[in-house]
Amino acid sequence: MKAVLLLALKSAWARRLTLGITLVAIALAAALLLAVERVRHDARASFAQSIAGVDLVVGARTGSVQLMLYAVFHSGAATNNIRWDSYAAIASHPAVAWAVPLSLGDSHRGFPVLGTTPAYFDHVRYADGRPLAFAAGRAFAGDIDGVFETVVGSEVARELGYRVGDRVVVTHGMAELGPEHADKPFAVVGVLAPTGTPADRTVHVSLEAIAAIHLDWAGGAPLPGLRIPAAQARKFDLAPREITAALVGLKNRADVFRLQRHINAYRGEPLLAALPGVALDELWQTLAMVEKTLFALSVLVVLVGLAGLTATMLAGLDQRRRELAILRALGAGPREIFLMLIAEGLLVTALGVLAGCGLLAAGILGFAPLVQAQYGIHLAWRAPSGNEIALLASILATGLAASLVPGWRAWRMSLADGLTPRN
Amino acid sequence: MTDSAIRIRDLVYRWPRQPRPCLDIPALEVVAGERVFLHGPSGSGKSTLLGLLGGVAVPERGAIELLGRDLAGLGGRARDAFRADHTGFVFQQFNLLPWLSALDNARLPCTFSARRKQRAGDAAVEAARLLTHLDLAPELWRQPAAELSVGQQQRVAAARALIGRPEILIADEPTSALDAPRQQAFIDLLLAESAAAGATLLFVSHDARLAAHFDRVIALAEINRAGMADAS
Repeated sequence: MKAVLLLALKSAWARRLTLGITLVAIALAAALLLAVERVRHDARASFAQSIAGVDLVVGARTGSVQLMLYAVFHSGAATNNIRWDSYAAIASHPAVAWAVPLSLGDSHRGFPVLGTTPAYFDHVRYADGRPLAFAAGRAFAGDIDGVFETVVGSEVARELGYRVGDRVVVTHGMAELGPEHADKPFAVVGVLAPTGTPADRTVHVSLEAIAAIHLDWAGGAPLPGLRIPAAQARKFDLAPREITAALVGLKNRADVFRLQRHINAYRGEPLLAALPGVALDELWQTLAMVEKTLFALSVLVVLVGLAGLTATMLAGLDQRRRELAILRALGAGPREIFLMLIAEGLLVTALGVLAGCGLLAAGILGFAPLVQAQYGIHLAWRAPSGNEIALLASILATGLAASLVPGWRAWRMSLADGLTPRN
Repeated sequence: MTDSAIRIRDLVYRWPRQPRPCLDIPALEVVAGERVFLHGPSGSGKSTLLGLLGGVAVPERGAIELLGRDLAGLGGRARDAFRADHTGFVFQQFNLLPWLSALDNARLPCTFSARRKQRAGDAAVEAARLLTHLDLAPELWRQPAAELSVGQQQRVAAARALIGRPEILIADEPTSALDAPRQQAFIDLLLAESAAAGATLLFVSHDARLAAHFDRVIALAEINRAGMADAS
């Protein structure tokens, strides 16, 4: 039996060009299927790990998914801000342990600028509850001296080469080439350690800074004739009047629904408090149809690849009639002939699946920064999960099924031909 | 006393979905060590007979005994094993696996038959000995079979049929792809080698001119009643 398998291997090697092309097709299909599964999984994981420790996200009344997307993932824009006094009222609610205000809207070379308080660095957690850590430097001061200080995320520092002490100019709005707040540069005082969350791609400043750079602005443009230099800006009242959203942590998580109802019924202005986990579930439910469609398509691509295997092997059989007859004359039974074909099909499928894993790894290494930048999804190479191994195993099983057809035909052929092929 | 290598009695074979049998052979006996020329025009059922002797087909009726064993009484796998152990084949052409070297082709039967492997001793050494004996230059041994000339390929095929000294050699038109001067040389080679190995040789051809040096010449048409019925 071992000898027969060795012959099958040598025979396959003699046809390496056609089988190789089939193998590439299977590899691409397997890589696609794995990539769809991997992106789906990692998207959920990286979204979920960005909201660790936050019990409620509060913003202007909108959809909870939309609120999550702009407040936590900095994707899309807020329709409305909320007033500072609304925030203050929530923050002082007896059930609230901590609250962190968020003010968004400006950017720095494509990275969102987030106005917040130093408490942000104490309360925001990621992954399984780890706090943000500084790779270098410290948090901005949060008082009048710290107005023009900034803390950049790890990706921002890496991509733009920033270190503590560098100067940063903020752009108004989210466009990369928008008007600049060039008169009020910021000094980098801290660089965050990598987290795999949107914090990596964020430029953090104080709420007062957001107010300061907009002192002499109105309606998205500098006021003509009005120039307030940075040094002067400190003398103005920089207390924030509006923020975009707030993250809220509770003393007791059991209070979450009570507080949510309280905020949603707030009389001062229409507010929305979203439970991050529930909002994400809602998001995934919305995307479930898309995910299923993508998955079904990639399954189809795998089936097309394996149908190619069947077709290639069937076409090859006609040219191999003589080979099979020789093996028969040497004493091979139809059973051995059948097994040779199955072994060949399984080998090509298995190598294709392996190559597919390689392609996926290369793809992740190549595209992870882009995906992180564009979609905030943190992709990392790691050993296949149980789910992915099950997918790979089902590709192999389908490859086996695809080999049954040529195997069965070779069986029939070797019985009909005997020692003398009829062509 | 002389043992029979091949003995056929009351053999009838019919192709599937054919009304009349293509073989109907009341009796055929080849003694061990005998070198027989079986003559028959193409389409006379030669290939079918070889398939039956090889055990890849079973007769509708009658017995085919090789070395005293009735093939019809064996199962498919036992017939395959019997063929691997006791029979060497040389065909018309394209005898070899094109992607294996000449040497690997010659030793191939030893991978299918433990008996022939054991009788060959060291398969590689024995294959080399046979190839040398059959006058194939050593520099050709490692070449893929596809790169050899037809004559060289037939000699490799002969070495493959002979390795491990099977009791029966069956040659099916092995010279038809060779030019005339080489035909007789190849036949002489087969006759000499089968004599040296003590093997029974059944040489099948449509070309009666090649029959000169054999112990016995049998015309298939004379022993096959189905063939006669066809002719009438």
